[in-house]
Amino acid sequence: MPHSDLSILIVDENRIRASIIEDGLREAGHRRVASIHDVNEVGRTIAANPPDVIVIDLENPNRDTLEHFFSLTRAVQRPIAMFVDRSDGAMIEKAVEAGVSAYVVDGLRKERVKAILDMAISRFNAFAKLTRELEQARSELEDRKVIDQAKGMLMKSRNLSEADAYALLRTTAMNQNRRMVEIAQSLVTAAALLGP
Amino acid sequence: MSPTPITAGFLPLLDSILLVLAREKGFAADEGLDLHLVRETSWANIRDRSALGHFDIAQMLAPMPLAASLGLTPLGTEMIAPIVCGLGNNAITVSAAVWDGMVTAGAPGDLAAAPAGRALAEVVATSRRKLRFGVVHQTSSHNYELRYWLAASGIRPDRDVEIVVLPPPLLPEALGSGGIDGYCVGEPWNSIGVATQKGRIVTAKTLIWQSSPDKVIGMRASWAADHPDIVAAVIRAVYRAGQWCAEPDNLDEAARIMSGPAYLNTPPDIVARSLTGWLDIGNGQRTNVPGFYIPHSSAANFPWKSHALWYYSQMVRWGELSATPQHAAIAAACFRPDLYRAALAPLGVALPIADGKTDGTHAQSHTMATSSGSVLMGPDLFFDGVTFDPEQLDAYIESQRQQS
Repeated sequence: MPHSDLSILIVDENRIRASIIEDGLREAGHRRVASIHDVNEVGRTIAANPPDVIVIDLENPNRDTLEHFFSLTRAVQRPIAMFVDRSDGAMIEKAVEAGVSAYVVDGLRKERVKAILDMAISRFNAFAKLTRELEQARSELEDRKVIDQAKGMLMKSRNLSEADAYALLRTTAMNQNRRMVEIAQSLVTAAALLGP
Repeated sequence: MSPTPITAGFLPLLDSILLVLAREKGFAADEGLDLHLVRETSWANIRDRSALGHFDIAQMLAPMPLAASLGLTPLGTEMIAPIVCGLGNNAITVSAAVWDGMVTAGAPGDLAAAPAGRALAEVVATSRRKLRFGVVHQTSSHNYELRYWLAASGIRPDRDVEIVVLPPPLLPEALGSGGIDGYCVGEPWNSIGVATQKGRIVTAKTLIWQSSPDKVIGMRASWAADHPDIVAAVIRAVYRAGQWCAEPDNLDEAARIMSGPAYLNTPPDIVARSLTGWLDIGNGQRTNVPGFYIPHSSAANFPWKSHALWYYSQMVRWGELSATPQHAAIAAACFRPDLYRAALAPLGVALPIADGKTDGTHAQSHTMATSSGSVLMGPDLFFDGVTFDPEQLDAYIESQRQQS
């Protein structure tokens, strides 16, 4: 595996995502990778140890601050936002869609940095996918709880078996062209309003 | 015909109000636009996503189209501004500790820029450490007006104090935690600094330079050239939003709309302060600032080329740009009064005849002749009494070189 002497700084308030990117870069042979989570440390860090490439998430409100640090310390001389190179429009799009931005020192050969940004983009996307899946799993779990609750109420008040209560919820949902969880939620809400 | 979809970026600042009202009050829809608003987290994102075409148009700091067209930004892209989102709206807030020092130094406690500046100069001179001030972006109206005020008050912005960049929503907290000693920002972030961090508003943009522009609707020049009808529709929608916003009867509703979670996410009574010009400047001291934010009157939406040139002069002044006729021409070309006139002429709007004007000569409201009748213009003084005549641009730049 080729070793890279480029120094890379990751600025991301999300520690998990930062470490995922950091791991990726290390696996790709980059040894000088650091990440920081608090933009207030950026000024000190880049003054003490000027990086060649800075990777930052686009949602970070501190991009303006970061760019100002560059112009003040001149640590990163004439920083260029990475997705700036218009010659590679597809790369720009990919980076922005993934929500990542990077700054590189001027004069750095494009192909050396491209691999880094490619890595950052794919890790950003992987992280976003993970977050989405987690969110989905969480909401499915929530749905399941509501449906169980509604089922229990039907079993008790209409003296149904579990299978029948489930079937009743299901057919009602199908007849009304709504999701089962919505029917269940209405039932739970109605019971809360009417109930003792 | 189905409405034309158009995407606009904005930051949570009060003067995004004209974009918001254009959507919420149907002015954009009236013009056949389906205006989609995207709240952004940084001016850098507004800049880059506008340059990349993710946003067709965006609320921008007035100097941003200039910086992009002049190649000061990473994505050098020709940008234009065919309409201004109003005048004023910024203020300068300091920490409770700095304010204590200013009171000792004789600050009178109103918002007048000159005595406040003198008092601050004394605090700066006697402070054991460099005071640190926050602004929202490097090429911002805030940066230039803060520097103008400091320099005219005898404080050298790059030597006597430190100026740092922070996004608007983070400024109040940075003030409270002692990370910064003061800041210049648009509303509601001054009022929030007062309400939550014991901050003190010491002066306002309109008291540094009366009736001065702050935000514009910016867009790529190439996109504007390809879509003249959409640009005209945007201008009319924003103009009518300004008209509606300027009606006193509409203030409550305007404040309520802006306070919503998708926009400022701030209580309506705080939002209303800048709309009414009644600010709580600290400790419940309610103070009326005439012309604090002017959404419409005083030809507030007209993109004066002279105003673009003033921002250009400040970029030169603070070393971001060299003074050349080419740079001045590029800067002036960013503001497009021709597009403004073309879009609004059919509405019978009173349109300024000239593309530029001299600022700093009117202490009172005055009338200005237009294409149809005259318009009442607000006072336009700089607090230090200097005049800005765009015809004397080089002399103005030279005089500031000697001052700073």
